[in-house]
Amino acid sequence: MGTSSQAADGFQSIPALLQRNASQFANRPAYREKEFGIWQCWTWAETEKEIEAFALGLLNLGVNEGDFIAIAGRNRPYFYWAMVAAQSVGAIPVPVYQDSAAEEMAYVLEHCGARFAVVEDQEQVDKIIDIQDKLHQFEHMIYVDPRGLRKYDHHKLHQYSHVQEQGRAAREEFIEDLKARRGKLEYASTCVMLYTSGTTGKPKGVVLSNRNIIEASKSSAEFDHLHRGEEVLAYLPMAWVGDFIFSIGQAYWCGFCVNCPESADTMQTDLREIGPTYYFAPPRVFETQLTNVMIRMEDAGRLKQRMFHYFMDHARRVGPAILDGKPVSGWDRFKYWLGNLCVYGPLKDTMGFGRVRVGYTAGEAIGPEIFDFYRSLGINLKQLYGQTEASVFITLQPDGEVRSDTVGVAAPGVEIRIAENGEVYYRSPGVFEEYYKNAESTASTKDAEGWVATGDAGFFEEGSGHLRIIDRAKDVGKMADGRMFAPKYVENKLKFFPNILEAVVFGNGRKECTAFINIDLTAVGNWAERNNIGYASYQELAGHPRVLETIKSHVEEVNRSLADDPMLAHCQVHRFLVLHKELDADDGEMTRTRKVRRGVIGEKFEDLVMALYDGSDEISTRTEVTYEDGRKGYISATLKIIEAEVVPVDSHEKVAAE
Amino acid sequence: MLDTSEGYITEDGRKIGGVVMEMKNITLRFGGVVAIKDISFDIREGEIRAIIGPNGAGKSSMLNVISGFYNPQEGEVWYKGQRRPQMKPYQVARQGIARTFQNIALFEGMTVLDNVMTGRIRQMQAGLLSQAIWKGKAEREEVENREAVEKIIDFLEIQSIRKTPVGRLPYGLKKRVELARALAAEPSILLLDEPMAGMNVEEKEDMSRFVLDVNDEFGTTIVLIEHDMGVVMDLSDRVVVMDYGKKIGDGTPDEVRKNQDVIDAYLGVAHD
Repeated sequence: MGTSSQAADGFQSIPALLQRNASQFANRPAYREKEFGIWQCWTWAETEKEIEAFALGLLNLGVNEGDFIAIAGRNRPYFYWAMVAAQSVGAIPVPVYQDSAAEEMAYVLEHCGARFAVVEDQEQVDKIIDIQDKLHQFEHMIYVDPRGLRKYDHHKLHQYSHVQEQGRAAREEFIEDLKARRGKLEYASTCVMLYTSGTTGKPKGVVLSNRNIIEASKSSAEFDHLHRGEEVLAYLPMAWVGDFIFSIGQAYWCGFCVNCPESADTMQTDLREIGPTYYFAPPRVFETQLTNVMIRMEDAGRLKQRMFHYFMDHARRVGPAILDGKPVSGWDRFKYWLGNLCVYGPLKDTMGFGRVRVGYTAGEAIGPEIFDFYRSLGINLKQLYGQTEASVFITLQPDGEVRSDTVGVAAPGVEIRIAENGEVYYRSPGVFEEYYKNAESTASTKDAEGWVATGDAGFFEEGSGHLRIIDRAKDVGKMADGRMFAPKYVENKLKFFPNILEAVVFGNGRKECTAFINIDLTAVGNWAERNNIGYASYQELAGHPRVLETIKSHVEEVNRSLADDPMLAHCQVHRFLVLHKELDADDGEMTRTRKVRRGVIGEKFEDLVMALYDGSDEISTRTEVTYEDGRKGYISATLKIIEAEVVPVDSHEKVAAE
Repeated sequence: MLDTSEGYITEDGRKIGGVVMEMKNITLRFGGVVAIKDISFDIREGEIRAIIGPNGAGKSSMLNVISGFYNPQEGEVWYKGQRRPQMKPYQVARQGIARTFQNIALFEGMTVLDNVMTGRIRQMQAGLLSQAIWKGKAEREEVENREAVEKIIDFLEIQSIRKTPVGRLPYGLKKRVELARALAAEPSILLLDEPMAGMNVEEKEDMSRFVLDVNDEFGTTIVLIEHDMGVVMDLSDRVVVMDYGKKIGDGTPDEVRKNQDVIDAYLGVAHD
């Protein structure tokens, strides 16, 4: 159900959709959470009661219309309910990253002027108490897990279940008020405010209306034929727009069930137990999972290894074609069926993908080998391109037209145009209202006609009409001789090697490109173990001569493949070094969604960048690191600068390409 | 010195009750070796009581006296207002005293869940036959016990290793599983023998958090032996200091820190 257009007129807010679901799908599961080793389930009717109780409790605490309520916790039904309850009383939920440091959280809470916060446990409570002096409007805090909080001053601190109890007790008093406030919600009212991670500068509060969320959810659900029988696993940060669309927007629109894992560490087990039908993960998750499968296969018996490789080769050859419904010979189909029985089926089941009907990845480029691996197993993994400002969807890959190097065609209802400088612009019903308290940024991002600048450079591929993204428009620079410098493109090529976790390429305004490289501890560590290479720390492994040797060969391979691309042949990496620490969001080197912050890294490791260009062959450095609890420390290291072989290119011809 | 005769309130506002256990003039000898010499101290309800001292001071022996593993030649153990007769360790366990061990004593081949379930033995009454045919009481008890165990697994955040055989776990986690098993017995007094030994800073912080949480959440009285002075001083309400089998100090961490005998024992002076 949920695919007809009738809904748009009747249901103009998430709370309205909740009412519909509670009456239409009363006994169908809405939320599941694994707790105490068992999947606890709430039906839509029960969910509606829980949310109502919490909404009444919020009224009891004095929440006004237009108040902001911060939400900080891992994916649990309680927080989803808190968001919908906040909407029901006319307040605006603001989910924040629960792992953000105190100052980051202080900035967000201060910026939106939150009066209330719903948080998970002592850790979050402590964090907010620490920053409370800076928050002038802040009043009440509600926590879910009471452990360790018993002794705290409870004047302005409340337990979630108590708020609900008080709400239930005061039902008579507040129910009319609640109904009235719920009734006032319309398409234009604010649904949620999400802070963008921001690769530069302070985070911005993106205001999304009910129209944005519901229209985006509706059209994307129709695009992929999502229905109320879907199962999703909610494990991505709640502060990220994707989770809001998947776990609230589409879930409420279609009426499907959102499953919450037991803890962050049990995600893999829970995934397997639930067997989602609709699944989203950033490329990193797929990469890690593939790496794990490969590592485990190394330890498997001879027969199993041979069977695995034999059938995987076959799958790579015919799997994607079968998935896309292209003609494949009967014999190949039979072999694929046999492979499914022996390898693909059990493997998919182990990974938790046994029932995936629609899978998406986005956020970063995904390596073609990784992408093909999953598709050849018969998992319908696709790519989408989106932004918080667009309520996620800008382009989507339709079934049967899936490729690893494009991001698909415009999502339903989205118009796209490419500006002269190559920047991608879009316009859709999902386009955000404004950046909160930041008219200047709103104006520079969204023009009067509703076109939004993505900040990404790209082009439509001739023939297929698919969009291809090259790089962040502002990152695309010029080398000293004026040719195009596209760091991300090169970094992605480097990152496709399992041994390389992160790469940062420099070269803007310079004659040659150079790079910082982070090794992947899982992959390289496993390799070291199998080759009897001892190491005591990340730093030691990262500096091991044989590791450097391997990375060098990867860089040279990338150089060779770059040489074939006339537009980017001059971006070959001439020199590189392997960093002594992992780039980390706690140190501000990456965003919470793990995107590299080029500017910060360039400044912080200025000495290293210099060394890459001044001809030295090693460099000693001392780096500040921030531990999870906010304390700081230093690590020092001496890093080798390594020359990589480059393929000579005839430069004069290529100048025109810029 | 802090007057503790009627119970007291700690700095962080916890209410400590009356005496639950009292050691009166305990002396323990192994042949000619005197492990514990005439030691007396009390343990109050709801407090975290540490026993510290240099190597060979007799701390573990003291813990073994409390747990009933050793029977002292002289002196009396009073528990809940009654003099405790000579007992076997399982009888002591039945009285609500659980412990963990310095060198982890778990069933390596069993899963975490099964290990923790063994801590519930005391709560299982179904007979052999009933257990074997798995009907009625046995089944009911298993469900109840599993529920209790799952709460502890949740409490100690070991959900992700629930089905992992203990032998495959790193040291720090094994220690946590051992704590889980001790907690499963729902003890009124919990004895921890060097809970942080061999841990790194992060693991120690986690473990300290759990010890405090257990005390706070279940009101369990905790007696712990620990080498790491920082940990002891942060965690405990009162500290007994032992050296060469004798008690050389007893009081709050601050008092103990200022005690000259304690300073000498730790920094070392010539013994005669």
